[in-house]
Parts: sequence; C-alpha cells; structure tokens
Amino acid sequence: MAIVEQQRDSRIDLSGDVRRRRRESIVKALFFAAAAISILISVAIVLALIGKAWAFLTSIELNQLWGNGWFPRRGRFDLSALLVHTMMITGIAMLVAVPFGLGSAIYLSEYAKSGVRRVLKPTLEILAGIPSVVLGFFALQFLTPNVVRGIFPGAQSANFLAAGIAVGILTIPLVASVSEDAMRAVPGSLREASYGLGAKQWHTALRVVFPAAISGILAAVILGISRAVGETMVVALAAGLNGIMTFNPTEGGLTMTGAIANLAVGSDQVAGDVAAFQSLFFVGLVLFVLTLGLNVISGRMVRRYRQRY
Amino acid sequence: MTVDTAAVTTTELVRRSIEGRRFSPANAIVGFALLFTLLSSVLILVTLLADTIAAALPVFASRGLGFVTSSLSPTAASAGIWQGIMGSLALTAFVIAVAFPLGVAAAVYLEEYASDNRVTRFINANIRNLAGVPSIVYGILGLFLFVEILMRGVFGAEGGIGGRNVIAGGLTLAVLVLPIMIITTSEALRAVPGALREASLAVGATRWETIRHQVLPVAIPAILTGTVLTIARAFGESAPLLLAGAQLSLFFSVSADASFVDLVTNQPYTALPIIVFNFARQPQAEFVSLTAAAIVVLLVMLLTVNAVAVLARDRYERRYR
Repeated sequence: MAIVEQQRDSRIDLSGDVRRRRRESIVKALFFAAAAISILISVAIVLALIGKAWAFLTSIELNQLWGNGWFPRRGRFDLSALLVHTMMITGIAMLVAVPFGLGSAIYLSEYAKSGVRRVLKPTLEILAGIPSVVLGFFALQFLTPNVVRGIFPGAQSANFLAAGIAVGILTIPLVASVSEDAMRAVPGSLREASYGLGAKQWHTALRVVFPAAISGILAAVILGISRAVGETMVVALAAGLNGIMTFNPTEGGLTMTGAIANLAVGSDQVAGDVAAFQSLFFVGLVLFVLTLGLNVISGRMVRRYRQRY
Repeated sequence: MTVDTAAVTTTELVRRSIEGRRFSPANAIVGFALLFTLLSSVLILVTLLADTIAAALPVFASRGLGFVTSSLSPTAASAGIWQGIMGSLALTAFVIAVAFPLGVAAAVYLEEYASDNRVTRFINANIRNLAGVPSIVYGILGLFLFVEILMRGVFGAEGGIGGRNVIAGGLTLAVLVLPIMIITTSEALRAVPGALREASLAVGATRWETIRHQVLPVAIPAILTGTVLTIARAFGESAPLLLAGAQLSLFFSVSADASFVDLVTNQPYTALPIIVFNFARQPQAEFVSLTAAAIVVLLVMLLTVNAVAVLARDRYERRYR
C-alpha cells in the first residue's frame, strides 16, 4: 500500500504549474526582445544616415554634387569622382578575387582530397582573419614598391592598383567560400551522369558543375563586389587623398569609404553642423544603399540555387 | 577495388571506375592551374607575414618588449603601443559583455521558439542584411547613436573627450558583430539533432528546460568557437572606431589616478589596429618598422586566438560526425 501511495505522489502533473509557465513566458519574451533588437539597429542605421544626409542636401546647391572634384572643406562635393574611384578599386579587386577565389573554390570542391582540403582550407580562413588595416600597410609598403612600380615605374606612392589588389586579396576568401558552398550543393548524380557519358574530371568540373552552380557563383561575385565597395582601411591608407576624378590606375584618389575615413580623421576641426562634416553622412547613405542593393541581389541568387537542389 | 571507401564519396568512386587510371594531360593541366590559384593565397599569406616580420625585426631587436610596454609618442624612438593593447582589450570586454548574451539569446529565439511566419522571416532577412553592411557605416551609427545621443545627449558628456569614450566604441563594435554572432550561433543550434529536443519535450520538459539542459550543452562548443572567431574580427576592426571616437593622435595621456569609472567614461582611448593605421600614415621612414612591429603584435594576438578556435572546431566537428 505504501509503495502505491508513493507512486501516486511522484506522478503529480507539473505541466500546469504556474511558476513554471510564468518562467517559460518570461524567457521567451526576453529572447524575442533580443531578436527584435536587430530591427532596432537597422532603424537606427537608417535614421543616423538620413537625418544628416538630408540636412547636408538642403544646405548645399545640388550642382555642387557633380564635377569639380571632392574637396568638402571648399564646398566641392563631387560624388561622381568618389563613385569612379570606388569602381576603379572594385574592378581591380575583382580582377584578383574572381579568378583566384573561383579557382580555389573549384579546386576545393571538385579536386581536393579530404586531407589536402583540411590543410588548405584553414589557410583561406586565416587570410580572411587578417585585419584590413594590415593589408593597407602591405599595399603601401610591399605591393606599390615591389609589384606596381615593377610594372609601372612612375606609379604614385598611393595608387589604385596596389590598393585594388590588396582589397582583392581580402575578398578572395569570401568569394571562395560562398562559391564553394554553391558547387558542393550540386548533387553528385550530375557528376556521375557526366562521367557516365565519358567526360573527364576537368570537363565535369568546368562544364557541368560550374554552370549548374552559376547562380551561387554569381552571388559570390556580387557579395565580393559589395565587400570591396565597403572596404575602408586599405583604401584609406593606400589609395591616396586625391579628390579630382582620374581613370589612371597608377594614380590614387578618394573613394566613398576613403572620403568618409578622411573626414573622420580630420573631423575634430569641422565637427558639428558644417556641410563638410555632414557630407560624411550623405556619402555613408549612398554607400549603404549601394551595398544593401548588392547584398539583396546576392541573397536572392543564393536562395535560387538552394531551391533548385 | 582497393579504395578506402570511408575517405571518398560515391561520385569519386564512379569517376575512378569509369576513368580508370589512365593519365589525362588536360586533367593534370586544369588541376594544376586550379591548385595554383589556391596556393597563391598561401604564397600571399607567407609573403605578407615574412615581409612584415622582416620590417619589424629591427624594432624588436633594439627595443625588445619595451616597444610593447611603452606609451604612444610622436618620437619614433620611444613610441610604443601599450595604450592600444589596453584599449583593444577593454573594447573586446565590452563586445563580449554585450554581443555574446544578445547574440545567443536572439539565435535561441529564432531557432528554438520562432515559428516560420512573416515576422521571423523579416527578422532573419534583416540580420543577413545587417551582416553585409560595411563596417564604416557602423562607425557612422556609433557616432550618431552612442557618442552623440547616448553619451552627449543622455549622460551629458560635454568637454574633454565629449563622449568619445571606450563604452561608445565597445558598443559600436558590439553592434557590428551582433549579426555575425547570431548567424554563427544559429548554425550551431541547427546542428543539434531534433531527436534530442523531441525526447526532452516528450518526458515533460518545457521548451526553456529543453534548451537549457539538452540543446545548449551540445551546441556550446560550436557556439564558443564561433564567438571567439567573431570577437577576433572585432579585435582587428578599425574603420568604425575612426568615427566612433578612438584617439587618432600620436600623443594623448590618461590621468594616472583615474578610477575605473572615470577611465571608461571620461578618458581618451585608442585600439591596436588604430595605432597601426596611425603609424602607417606617418611620413617619417622610422615609422615603417614601427608599423610592422605593431602589426606583428596584432597578428600574434589574433592568429593565436583564431588558430585555437579553428583547431578546437575541427576536433569537435570530427567527434560529432
């Protein structure tokens, strides 16, 4: 009898316990709040940019935004020069990051045996962990004297080529890892069918797997472009301070991020509501909208290949 | 067939049995070209490290660790990086204190509680987009939200450093890494088998009890590895700090008798990567080797932490597979 009594006691239903349920809902609410903070951050970013960007746009004449170079302290805000310089850096960076990033990705996904992979993949991860300011110094002290001036002896000490190559090096791991993921997502049956038809390994890798993964690979390249556009420290150190538009890769010039960094570095004197200082927020807004657009397109493409396979 | 079947995939077996062992020149050329692109990254890494270490050697040879422990100075012969190391460690402490709990909590909500509805999808998309925002834009956010609104507006920090304190910098970096923190933690939680949750819920545990006692203990190694890698990223980040208030001059002093509260609210600070940037900008040739030496210290700190995290992850990955 005593044993039965005891068993009945241990079978008390706990699911309706008030304290337990209350704790459950409090915990859930706290966790939701943490997740919702990410939305507040987005709102804060937009507010931070729009408020002063608007103040800037209303305080200047709109024709100050085009032509004549970027000299904020003299009231010349030539956005087109910054955009052209940004495109120069990004273009050179992609000439480095796309072949080397994609080549690495194809090798890791289609050729590398698991032992080789385990050794070489961390190298890319270490490269991804190098702070960008270090690459800036590398561009200035190694790439310019040894590489760029080796080909163009007359290159300026700060030039697009060295800065662009360094930004490209920074972008290689990103392009490699995203496109490798895309190629590994291609089902093995496609490769087997290709071998079955007599195709060699290189043919299978380049003509079957690569096209099958193309949307993911394009996503990787677009993500790389977005990363290169937003890269700051390399450009601030190695791309120079020239505000006049130039297409010459052996010269340097301010990019969007370079202009923001330059205003920040010298901002102690112009802090406050001066147009020069506020232009920082305007350039930031243009940069934000541009990179956001690229990231959204890239995300769409990644989802497309995820759906297909 | 005498192939180690554990090490190769089905596809690889299919390829070997069809292609046989015949040598194909085209295969060799393409394979070699692809390997070359990958090895170039290794070569770049080695060049970068060798070049930097070579440039840094004179500083360490003549001043040893005195370079690490002396303060900033516009004179190359006596300039050190001590304030940068202290500043970076303080920033990192704030990043861990803010981003780790928030990131884990948000990831737990999104992976364990949230149902697949419009709000959840919106939050997820938003986090992915935040992870792609350039770091300098976070600097603008930090300048606006933490320096101007929080420190000057709410706490009335006027004069002196005008709210450009280490808390504002730390919060800026914390917000910068928060989305990455959430994404890596979410991946760690997703790798926990669903059966574990079902078993726990089936014996009557609540959701929180299941998370607390079953899911988190299994996911914690992966979460911690992700956290370490994320923190390392914040440690090397400098662009946001240009705007969010790190000192950009080669000389500033902190009152020696400042209390802890005074130190984090009213005293100027800088960070190791910011010092690298400042040294690299100096026109004098002596600063080149100083920059290299500062980079060596930064990389040693970063690579040690990174290597430990990567090795630990490989170890755990193999154990759970």
